[in-house]
Amino acid sequence: MTDLDALKYTAEHEWVAVDGDVATIGITDFAAEKLGDVVFVDLPAVDSAVTAGQVCGEIESTKSVGELYAPLAGDVVAANEAVVDDPSIVNGDPFGDGWLIKVRVDAAAIEGLMDRAAYVAFTESAA
Amino acid sequence: MPDPRTTPLHSRHEHLGASFTDFGGWLMPVRYTSDLAEHHAVRSAAGLFDISHMAEFRVTGSVAPEYLDYALAGRLSALSEDQAKYSLVLGASGGIIDDVIVYRLGEQDFLVVANAGNRAAVATALEERAEGFDVQVDDITDSLALIAVQGPAARAILESVPALGGWSASLDDLRYYRMGHATFAADAETEVPIDVARTGYTGEDGFELFVPVSAAGALWDAILAAGEPHGLVPAGLAARDTLRLEAGMPLYGHELSLDRLPSQAGLGRVVALDKEDFVGAAALASVVDPSAPVLVGLVGDGRRAGRAGYAVVDGDTIVGEVTSGALSPTLGRPIAMAYVAPSSSEPGTELAIDVRGTRIPATVTALPFYRRKK
Repeated sequence: MTDLDALKYTAEHEWVAVDGDVATIGITDFAAEKLGDVVFVDLPAVDSAVTAGQVCGEIESTKSVGELYAPLAGDVVAANEAVVDDPSIVNGDPFGDGWLIKVRVDAAAIEGLMDRAAYVAFTESAA
Repeated sequence: MPDPRTTPLHSRHEHLGASFTDFGGWLMPVRYTSDLAEHHAVRSAAGLFDISHMAEFRVTGSVAPEYLDYALAGRLSALSEDQAKYSLVLGASGGIIDDVIVYRLGEQDFLVVANAGNRAAVATALEERAEGFDVQVDDITDSLALIAVQGPAARAILESVPALGGWSASLDDLRYYRMGHATFAADAETEVPIDVARTGYTGEDGFELFVPVSAAGALWDAILAAGEPHGLVPAGLAARDTLRLEAGMPLYGHELSLDRLPSQAGLGRVVALDKEDFVGAAALASVVDPSAPVLVGLVGDGRRAGRAGYAVVDGDTIVGEVTSGALSPTLGRPIAMAYVAPSSSEPGTELAIDVRGTRIPATVTALPFYRRKK
């Protein structure tokens, strides 16, 4: 079970888990629920560079398309092929098996993201 | 903007954990569990829909048939008792104000069911067109709830609801686009009349039940309970939209609007051009512009669906625009309805949809995309 308190979050309803200088990124359960059944994900290519705050992919559901923003700048080191094959994993386990990309980042930049308490407060006001 | 209204069944949707959306000024359940699960349930078993947001108008009077022939596109006077007909409310320019279903309840008694979002426009049109006709038009929307049961198990489910009885005819004999009548024992002391129409918006067998608001909750509960062993699930607007799209059914505001003529939408047959006089007749009597875009179906490969507003292209030339699109849960392929130039509308024509910057190939196909096995 992922420790949600250990993650960082963004205003675009994404979570970030850091291990050394590699950040794993996915969307939160809040985003997954708003989207509904995810049917297609478009992820950036491995070795491509992503820019903080820029759209780097898409998460498409039956009803709508959500944009995937890069929360931090860096180089993509992995994209979750399992989710590309079976997008429903995002709905089933958004914080675990539903991870989307791994990016090599400047670890110091993580500090600018929201912690769990701040994100929960943010979603409460957004709901 | 006023707050959206809620239907008589709202608390049940909340209790079932539904997510809501504002649709036509009403707070409606968009999904209860999963869009896909609800869609698949309707195709394999049955879904229960609250469509109480639809507008209902009762039209009565000795010249009600002649009035409706004038006010609407079809020949409603030809309906027999308990027969229903899909029709259009046209503007003077021939454009579409709304698509409706009309049920004949009696010699001089009709029910017009319109889209929630067009309730005011239809009310105005019906009222204006009543000038010179001795008819009464009553907006009875707020006195009725409308519950739909759609899917191959729908008939078996309704037959197994203990509190539903007094059937005017067996459900076996209730034909498509016909209305039947029954009574519902809402509680130990109360029996209410309900009208049961074999109509729907999913492409499956199904029924739409008109029930007085006071008994709506009890009827919803009774059907849900009886339907559970048959696989009945509550289904929201998200599933409703993918179901009707697969069935090639138009949605007002997407395929139909004031800017579209019926013939463009493939609905030329809905207009009884040989009627003496009706609103829109003069406009439709003139020759239709041969270059006017026509509605087609588009099927693609892969998983990326075109959405309303996306361009349809032939090479680098824009030939049309998508009006509705989704990844079809039943077919597993992207489907879309689009208006395209007549020269690009032949089934088999290879086009593409511009999906947010990427050209996704799509082939023109005749509608519907899905047809249920009889």
